[in-house]
Amino acid sequence: MLELTPEIRAALIEYLYGLADDELLVGHRASEWTGLAPILEADVALSSIAQDEMGHALVFYRLLEELGEGDPDDLAFARDAPDFRNAIFSELPRGDWAFTVVRQYLHDVAEQVRLEALADSAYEPLAQAARKILVEEKYHLIHDRSWVAKLGPATEESHQRMQAALDRAFPHALGLFEPTELEPVRVEADIAPPEEVLLKRWLDEVVPFLESATLQVPARREEQGWRLLVEPVYGGRRGEHTEYLETLLQAMQLVYRMEPGAKW
Amino acid sequence: MVRKAEPTVTEQEVWAALDDVKDPEVPVVSVVEMGIIQSVELDGAGRARVKMTPTFTGCPAIEMMREAIAEKLAELGLEATVEVTLDPPWTSDRLSESAREKMKQIGLAPPARHGGFVEMDLIQVVRCPYCNSDDTSLENPFGPTLCRAIYYCNACKQPFEKFKAL
Repeated sequence: MLELTPEIRAALIEYLYGLADDELLVGHRASEWTGLAPILEADVALSSIAQDEMGHALVFYRLLEELGEGDPDDLAFARDAPDFRNAIFSELPRGDWAFTVVRQYLHDVAEQVRLEALADSAYEPLAQAARKILVEEKYHLIHDRSWVAKLGPATEESHQRMQAALDRAFPHALGLFEPTELEPVRVEADIAPPEEVLLKRWLDEVVPFLESATLQVPARREEQGWRLLVEPVYGGRRGEHTEYLETLLQAMQLVYRMEPGAKW
Repeated sequence: MVRKAEPTVTEQEVWAALDDVKDPEVPVVSVVEMGIIQSVELDGAGRARVKMTPTFTGCPAIEMMREAIAEKLAELGLEATVEVTLDPPWTSDRLSESAREKMKQIGLAPPARHGGFVEMDLIQVVRCPYCNSDDTSLENPFGPTLCRAIYYCNACKQPFEKFKAL
């Protein structure tokens, strides 16, 4: 059984905020399509994905609550932007349909490789959550992959939009794997693998698939491993965010902050 | 009706009472048939501890079911604590045969038994709950609730829902 020394506890808390905040924000962005998606089936899908991601965020916030961080609702709706540990990738506006499809795909594969690793975490509550959520995520990937495969090669316009979406999303998506100060503590305690290991697994999966959908990806496979042709957009895991997060929080937290603790 | 605590209530009676509590999203099926009740413990002094595990972590019916379970056990004079756990996680293999039969009757195709290999459910033919044809296709892996996908039957030209494998 893992002994929660103060250092390990801090490393765990830092990590759980990243997990929870990414899920919450991607879920919120997906929910912005409710009633607006291009076809009804896509509307149903995005709304379900939103509900799933927020449910997953709640699971991770509960783990934080068990570690003394406070009530899950407060964690989601009463924290300010600098307290959020999501990658900047997750706060970017929903954009057009192509950007939504590309972001959701890149997010879901990243989540899959992360949860597969966390299923063996030495912190048992995290391992249990990962094993449960992993199965639910399979349905997201079916949805994401079918849209990427269709829109990539469909028409000149869809191809251009998908390529533009990928060009914008990719450097930000690399920020999902931003290493943080306490990473060595987590690795040493077998709580989570190094980010570079997850990044490699993610690239192994997304690059060939995106290329098969006729999209150009700024990463090359070389003898020593992957070479990135763009700079990752980091900062989110340290609490550095864009104005997009401010705007998002103003909308998402408005009602809660009007009457904190209100019973519904 | 709330009766006084009766230490004589047996575990079997508690399971029978829980079999009256329906899943709000599949209201013909009980929480027991759904396989979401993991264990029941009685302390012999009027208190019960029930462990339940959600089908989907984001399921909005979890709180409703917790309350319904506590209310039901109060009718037996028991003060119940309902704990939600993810260990071991729920899988659709926990659905009882009776749950699968009842789902079919309301036009909801039950998931295949997969023994841990969930992909089996996507490869396997899904039988139309209305006309029993195997000529069906997946329209959307998402449906009106998190636990349902939408299919279309090419034989009887009916859309139908299927409870997802997890």
